[in-house]
Amino acid sequence: MSNSNKDTNNNNPQSDQNRGNSRRAFFKNFGLIGAATAAGGAAIYSGFKYEESKPNHDFVKVLTSDNRLVEVPRDSIKDIKVDVNRLQLQGREGLKGHRFVMVIDLSKCRNARKCISACQGAHHLRPYEYHINTLVMQESPNTAPYYMPKPCQHCDNPPCVAVCPVDATFKRQDGIVLIDNERCIGCRFCIAACPYSARMFHWEEPLMSVADKGKPYNIELNVPQKKGTISKCLFSSDRLREGKLPYCVSACPNGVYYFGDENQDAVTNGTTKVTHRLSELIRENGGYHLMPELGTKPRVYYLPPKNRLFEFKDVKDKTLEDQKT
Amino acid sequence: MSSEVNTDFLHDKRLDAIAADLLRPVGISKGFLIWMGFLTISLMGCIYAYYIQWDKGLIVTGLRDYVSWGMYIANFIFFVATSLVGMLISSVLGLIGFKWVKPIARIAEIIAVAFAAVAGLVIVSDMGRPERLPYVFMYGRIQSPILWDVTVVTTYMVLSALLYFIPLIPDLAISKGRMGHQPKWLQATYEFLSVNWNHSSYQYKILLKAVRILLILIIPTAFAIHTVTSWLLAVTLRPGWDSSIFGPYFLTGAFVAGSAAVVIMMYFVRTNYKLDKYLTVYHFDMMGKLLVLVSIVYLYFNINEFLVPAYKLKTADAIHLHELFVGEHAMLFWSVQLLGLILPIILLLFKFFRKPFPMLVISIVVLVAAWFKRYIIVVPTQENPFLPKQFVPHAWMVYQPTVIETAITMGTILLAVIIITILFKLFPVIPIWEMAEEECSGEKDKHQE
Repeated sequence: MSNSNKDTNNNNPQSDQNRGNSRRAFFKNFGLIGAATAAGGAAIYSGFKYEESKPNHDFVKVLTSDNRLVEVPRDSIKDIKVDVNRLQLQGREGLKGHRFVMVIDLSKCRNARKCISACQGAHHLRPYEYHINTLVMQESPNTAPYYMPKPCQHCDNPPCVAVCPVDATFKRQDGIVLIDNERCIGCRFCIAACPYSARMFHWEEPLMSVADKGKPYNIELNVPQKKGTISKCLFSSDRLREGKLPYCVSACPNGVYYFGDENQDAVTNGTTKVTHRLSELIRENGGYHLMPELGTKPRVYYLPPKNRLFEFKDVKDKTLEDQKT
Repeated sequence: MSSEVNTDFLHDKRLDAIAADLLRPVGISKGFLIWMGFLTISLMGCIYAYYIQWDKGLIVTGLRDYVSWGMYIANFIFFVATSLVGMLISSVLGLIGFKWVKPIARIAEIIAVAFAAVAGLVIVSDMGRPERLPYVFMYGRIQSPILWDVTVVTTYMVLSALLYFIPLIPDLAISKGRMGHQPKWLQATYEFLSVNWNHSSYQYKILLKAVRILLILIIPTAFAIHTVTSWLLAVTLRPGWDSSIFGPYFLTGAFVAGSAAVVIMMYFVRTNYKLDKYLTVYHFDMMGKLLVLVSIVYLYFNINEFLVPAYKLKTADAIHLHELFVGEHAMLFWSVQLLGLILPIILLLFKFFRKPFPMLVISIVVLVAAWFKRYIIVVPTQENPFLPKQFVPHAWMVYQPTVIETAITMGTILLAVIIITILFKLFPVIPIWEMAEEECSGEKDKHQE
């Protein structure tokens, strides 16, 4: 072999015969080695398989999601790896067949601010970082003041989405406008474009940035929040995926919020859990949109503050410092 | 620019004199080193300010959720605005055939290159995630005016750089052999950049053709950069920005700012480089007339921009205008309008004020006012959103620029000054060949002193 190898290396055009010989010898040797390797590999593999298939008697009790207590072998337990790509994909696609809407009954709101704290808790926000805020409104000096919860309006013609340079904020098929903080470059054009002041920016490290470090990013919850990016109301799309009502809707003690699906023409009150016809609710109560003249086509309806259930108490100084004292 | 170059000037003795004059300021002088040292050290301080912002986030600025665009965006608009003057002087006036712009054109192009180049950095200083800048190219959405702005500003910068460089080539070739006292590396740079220029009439023909094409191309590009920049504000629904005349309003304002910047630079070149033979009282007089013209056009757009909504007083517009005319920003608003626009128009109508020194003073006031004008356009609108600002810390209600923010803004201005200084000092700032050609072909402007 070594001899014939040398011949080929010499690259002598006269040694055709030799070269043929060497090639034959090479293939012969190669075949032997190959066969030996294959046999050895097969032996190791079958051994490994045998070890693997041996019954393991070390069991662990596990509670399943449907509340059954079961036993599983310890070595077949696997950590759930949340696939961020899958979260991104389903988050950008949205829930098929739905068109989510919210109805806010202004006659019931008394500025309890439970919606706000529930929202801030879920999305790891500071007390002055709002996805939803309740405002003290008065149209003109002689009209009655009232409280108005103001989430993102999830416009069907969203000015924020139009101006985003990198597709970080987008409109889903179910009507929800989301923000991807893995994409956002922090230009804040969307804040400038939004007439409802519905967006917030992480000017500093987010409240729970240390605790949330390393968690897979869920675009439908926008957690972990990220410094230098936008955050906004998501209609709690993570809860909607589980078939639950949004955080703010469930947290309201006064029955202000209805949430549901335009396609089903049904909205459910977050406090009473009674489901109503959306069209009926709007028609009978004179439902309206906020600033419809701007052409943004909001997905949030308001019911006017008539026959108010609560006395209006004005908040004199509307800075946050005043609220704490 | 004439369509043919008479290359006779190359063999004329007057070329030597002109070249000697215009090459005299070129080179590394002690003053240059001290000035550059000062600029560099100051810039270091500003870069440290940016490091703090990078580390802590935009919390170190006065920006918050309501006023989320402030000094940086105002500064960006100012930079884009000032850079437009390159197009106005070289293209519009040059193509019409005004001879007096010849010694000024290169100064205007230097301003255009420096300000357009730094404008890109200014916008990065405003970004919450500057490291994601490549996303604009990777995931760019053509619907967003930011994409349009990035495209046209880059194009304008390249065209301006070419318009600076191409007419410089014959000067570099002329300078060879006339700068024996200069450092070796500078001579080598001249040699390299002069790309084998041998002054053949064929080369001059190509040069004129190339410059002409660039001069035409840069007009729509320049219109586009500032129109699109104005659209960053005008495409929103906010009172004060929601205006259909923002494009021309910004464009005409840009010419005012840019002309003022050119006058300041002209004065500097004239006195420091002792080039009063080339930048004469006549040139300042003409620039003064140009400044009056562009200011009057800008005044016209100002009247439209404020009078029409002030006549109707729609609720949101009324709040905005109230803040400007008599409210929180009234001081700044009226200072800018009176000192930066009305007063210069009145003063510059008189010949006395179009002399070099009065022109310098007026131009500095106009340029400073131009910066604050952008501030007045950007900030007050956001302080008055449609829905009330409530239940946020008091500091969030109004915008108060911080020291760090100011330092970063100063840094961008310093950077532009550094670029201008280098281009002023290392290369002839007034075109030698064009001056010599004009002198030798006896076409010297009659009005020139």
